[in-house]
Amino acid sequence: MYEFARGPLVWIAFLILILGSLYRLIWMVVFSKKDKVVHPYMSLKYGLRSLFHWSIPFGARNMRLRPFFTVVSFLFHICLLVTPIFVLGHTLLWKESWNISLWSLPEGLADAMTIVVVIGVVFFALRRISMPAVRYVTYLNDYLLLGIVIAPFATGLMARYQVFNYQTMIVVHMFTGAIWLAAIPFTRIVHMLFYPFTRAYMGSESGYVRSAKDW
Amino acid sequence: MIVTPEDQVVDPGLDDTIKKLTPEKIEQAVNHVMTKETAARLQIYIDTCIHCGLCAEGCHTFLSRDGDPAFAPVGKVKNTLWELVKRNGRVSPETLRRMARIAYTECNVCRRCSMYCPFGIDIAYLLLTVRRICSLLGVVPQYLQDTTNSHSATMNQMWVQQDEWIDTLQWQEEEAQSDIPTARIPLEREGADVMYSVIAPEPKILAQLLGNISLIMTVAGIDWTMPATDGWDNSNMAMYSGDFEVMSRVEKLHWETAARLKVKKVVMGECGHAFRGAVYDGPRWLGWKFPPVPMVHAIEFYYDLISSGRIKIREKFKEPITLQDPCNTVRGRGLGGKLRYVMNALCEDFRDVSPNQEHNYCCMAGGGAINCGPPWKTSRMMSNRVKAEQFERTGAQYICTPCHNCHSGIEDIVGYYGLGMHVKFVSELIVQAMEIPAELLA
Repeated sequence: MYEFARGPLVWIAFLILILGSLYRLIWMVVFSKKDKVVHPYMSLKYGLRSLFHWSIPFGARNMRLRPFFTVVSFLFHICLLVTPIFVLGHTLLWKESWNISLWSLPEGLADAMTIVVVIGVVFFALRRISMPAVRYVTYLNDYLLLGIVIAPFATGLMARYQVFNYQTMIVVHMFTGAIWLAAIPFTRIVHMLFYPFTRAYMGSESGYVRSAKDW
Repeated sequence: MIVTPEDQVVDPGLDDTIKKLTPEKIEQAVNHVMTKETAARLQIYIDTCIHCGLCAEGCHTFLSRDGDPAFAPVGKVKNTLWELVKRNGRVSPETLRRMARIAYTECNVCRRCSMYCPFGIDIAYLLLTVRRICSLLGVVPQYLQDTTNSHSATMNQMWVQQDEWIDTLQWQEEEAQSDIPTARIPLEREGADVMYSVIAPEPKILAQLLGNISLIMTVAGIDWTMPATDGWDNSNMAMYSGDFEVMSRVEKLHWETAARLKVKKVVMGECGHAFRGAVYDGPRWLGWKFPPVPMVHAIEFYYDLISSGRIKIREKFKEPITLQDPCNTVRGRGLGGKLRYVMNALCEDFRDVSPNQEHNYCCMAGGGAINCGPPWKTSRMMSNRVKAEQFERTGAQYICTPCHNCHSGIEDIVGYYGLGMHVKFVSELIVQAMEIPAELLA
């Protein structure tokens, strides 16, 4: 099982991620031409302006209205993206498998960042339960999505601290990680791919067409 | 399904029209819009929305109704578009009625929520898509549909006939001449610098505004004209009912009129929708990237007149006065700064609202909501308590707004919440405050 997870599974997951993402992005570019009003109004300058304001903490009014959410959300997303790439266990694999040398996160920091992701997911789940406006638009698949995200981080942490059986835990970790990667293009985690484009489009509509700000 | 007080409002435009519908007919219209009129944008917006609810506080209806989740922008999308997508358009006529109610009377397509969505999802566009579907099925609040019918038949929104139009302009020219003998409302002057556009409520119910603009143009020495033919009104409620065919006819005629008169630019009077229809929605449906003749909104025009000294201020308005930022020219054109310049130039005691400019709350009359008529007024008032509170905090006695819809909507709010304030257009302030050169008075 470990051999399968270590070999073909990783390939499958990355292939689904890369091909799936390419498919979604190409589909987006081609199909948005049919919208007629997207391509003519796209502006690099105003698209980047909008992305800039929405990529720095407290750069938009809504972020200032809810400072706690903003902090948790930024930390969550940064840790979510950075930790899996630079955690020591993974940098060893990058090197071993594809001979890619990457800098590794100090172990304590990597642990902390993983815990941030776990806390972030718990926070989002509590938010879904406790806030009426969020609960109103929450479906079972929203919790499943949170499950997909938390699973590789929680199991990674458990494997590292040898909770239960290490061999089992590491295989579970690899499987849940593979599910997470493969889910990106085909679930609402796809916002990871579309975010720069939806944001840039709204930025262009606001800045280039309407001379107004959108943050 | 929970029955809300809003479900019990009687509107023949919704109640009678759904009787002719079947789930199959609804499915057909939904599929037409989904496959022929929308593409990646709609799909990506639906796929990208992470259901986080961050848009909720972007909406004045949500804030005014004590955080009722059904009034959060995403809640409205859930109850309309998500449902249509999930069921492939096969919904019951009663469900469609409810969707029409949400899309037409509980959303002003003011686009404020897009500034609260981290992804910048154009939620107003999603609700407009729902309206488009309802319009194709004939399920439109009756008063709003009547306005659209008026556009279709007369090319203006209030059934104004050509003779009434010309007669009103000449009457107001005479009114203006009682103040300045040389004041004119020049009709059909080819090659003028400016064509001045108004919307039908001006000749119909607020004719004095036409006299006001005659005075302003005369004092500023502008070479201007107005058309004597149809094509003078582009207020365009068809844009909001979802009848985009009629919308584009109105805008096309308006621009053709400007082209026929060979004017250098069009100055749009104090109306936000007309500006939006003429500059954004109309040209896009017609396949034009931008309007064929430059259009300047009244805010910008007044700013230019005052900042360049063509209009000099004799005496500023003294009473405390606040402002309603119209969505379609402030969020829709970034004119908030210039509007404040104008307000400060004209008023001694201008008290700004908070939040303001792009973040200002809609008047709740916009996006065709006030045009849905008296049946929906109570619901509309309940949906904008936050606006009344915002005005009350300023302590002002007057509210200025350069937009017809805002004007009517704010008057309703002032009355409903007993604010005891008065609403003014910018042109009224200018006419009161400007210096009339002695040679014009001779």
